[in-house]
Amino acid sequence: MKIKKEEVEHIADLARIDLTEPEKKQMAKELTKILDWVDQLAKVETKEIGVGLKADLSNVWGEDQIQPFAETKSLVDSFPEKEDRHLRVKGIK
Amino acid sequence: MDLTTLTIKDIQTGYQKKQFSCPELVQAYLDRINDKDKNISAFISAFGEETVKQAEAADINNQSNKLSGIPYAVKDNILVKDKITTAGSQILKNYQAGYQATAIDRLQEEGALVLGKTNLDEFGMGASCEQSGFFPTKNPWNTKKVPGGSSGGSAAAVAASFCPFALGSDTGGSIRQPASFCGVVGLKPTYGRVSRYGLIALASSLDQIGPLTKNVEDAALVLQAIAGSDPHDSTSNSYQVEDFPKLLNQPIKGTKIGLVKEYFQTGLDNQVKEVIEQAVNQLGQLGAEIKEVSLPDIGYALPVYYILMSSEASANLARYDGIRFGQNQEAEDLLSQYRKNKAKGFGPEVKRRIMLGTYSLSAGYYDQYYHQAKKVQKIIQTELSQAFSKFDLLVGPTAPTTAFALGEKISDPLQMYLSDIYTVSANIGGLPAISLPVGLAGGLPVGMQLMADKFQESKILSTARQLEQQLDLKLNPPL
Repeated sequence: MKIKKEEVEHIADLARIDLTEPEKKQMAKELTKILDWVDQLAKVETKEIGVGLKADLSNVWGEDQIQPFAETKSLVDSFPEKEDRHLRVKGIK
Repeated sequence: MDLTTLTIKDIQTGYQKKQFSCPELVQAYLDRINDKDKNISAFISAFGEETVKQAEAADINNQSNKLSGIPYAVKDNILVKDKITTAGSQILKNYQAGYQATAIDRLQEEGALVLGKTNLDEFGMGASCEQSGFFPTKNPWNTKKVPGGSSGGSAAAVAASFCPFALGSDTGGSIRQPASFCGVVGLKPTYGRVSRYGLIALASSLDQIGPLTKNVEDAALVLQAIAGSDPHDSTSNSYQVEDFPKLLNQPIKGTKIGLVKEYFQTGLDNQVKEVIEQAVNQLGQLGAEIKEVSLPDIGYALPVYYILMSSEASANLARYDGIRFGQNQEAEDLLSQYRKNKAKGFGPEVKRRIMLGTYSLSAGYYDQYYHQAKKVQKIIQTELSQAFSKFDLLVGPTAPTTAFALGEKISDPLQMYLSDIYTVSANIGGLPAISLPVGLAGGLPVGMQLMADKFQESKILSTARQLEQQLDLKLNPPL
């Protein structure tokens, strides 16, 4: 299946990533090639396979326990932009 | 005595006999890194004097610690507190780790010392280290060849004797394939065996931390130190951590080994095939019962892997939006800031996989791609568990070729993906697997993969150990 430039733009919107025109062109070509190869999975008969995607692992339960987190300062220090202890972000348009 | 060629066990013996001190050993590695890493580029950062200071304080006579005074290197997607951790990406080039990975904590408790952080394909996405956002790493056996990836820096560092061992991470073969290319031992433990707290996530249902070492015994020592459940990682498993080094001499006689027929077909380099077949013969001579086994659906593991891994990566990497991580690009509003940050910070392979994953999860394509891949994963898991009802180990080559040339596959993503063809099934099945060097083809190392059922690392390690002793290769790159 050929991936068109419009589809690349739609996916880039969903992924919230800007692509340049040459990148879009290249991406359309490469995704087409990769998906053509992946399409071999369509041949596999999976009707009998349960639709639930539950992992075959059991849950690990535990009591909630409060543990002090000592690294708050280093996390705040790593904010790109901040005011006091608050992370500053751009406005939503 | 050249201290840098020693294994962990050799170092421990040297300490006991007081042949050298810990600072002397650390200095020997630092000197070698200074001297040789300009040709290899295994390290993104080396800590230098700081490690020497830790070495001066190290208590190498402390017998209760398993790795007292043993230096090591860490793949730069594993957090060492207060150190820059880049994951090989420009987007994290200034990111200072605010906390520390559990695997590093455990090695620290056992007395091990970090020498530095090693190069990788950006966020672990690659099979050659050429996708690093900084520079490519070269193979110590031939600097025109790639070291493999994504843990290429860790594999090259061990092969080049910059450290006795290194940590890597393996999502689809990222410990084993570079181990194969560089002629070192690389072990991917069972999913859940080692805590991934503090590992920068690529695909959370597949990622696993493991050791790269000079021999199997050292892999057992390191695995024992880092394995076990961790309250910080709910996918870590409380399955018993055996005394892996003690179990290395379990008898090989009667071990049932399945040779995966599909791993010896088209695409496998003839010279690699020959080396693997010779090693299989040696396993037979050691008393293993060897039979061919066909896994007809195993070929689907690679496309399944690329859909699942990309889907999970597209979600995991959404956080690099310049708000909490990444550089703050000038933008008018929040959304355009997200978009600009990712555009500027991510390399081409990361963008490709985010796009592929977003596509597989998007409305209209989810059933066809992600859901179908999950179902086929189940089929493969069933096939593997049936095989392990008949066999103790499944064996084959780790990779279809030896190390390829720098630049050879970089412009063809699909060709690069095929490097993982034999390794991904262990991740798809959540199984442990090792790559053991078993010979040279055209002057480059060849790795054999041994895979076992969940939590059966001791079977892998004991068989690999005895084959290693039988082969007695003494592989040293001409560096």
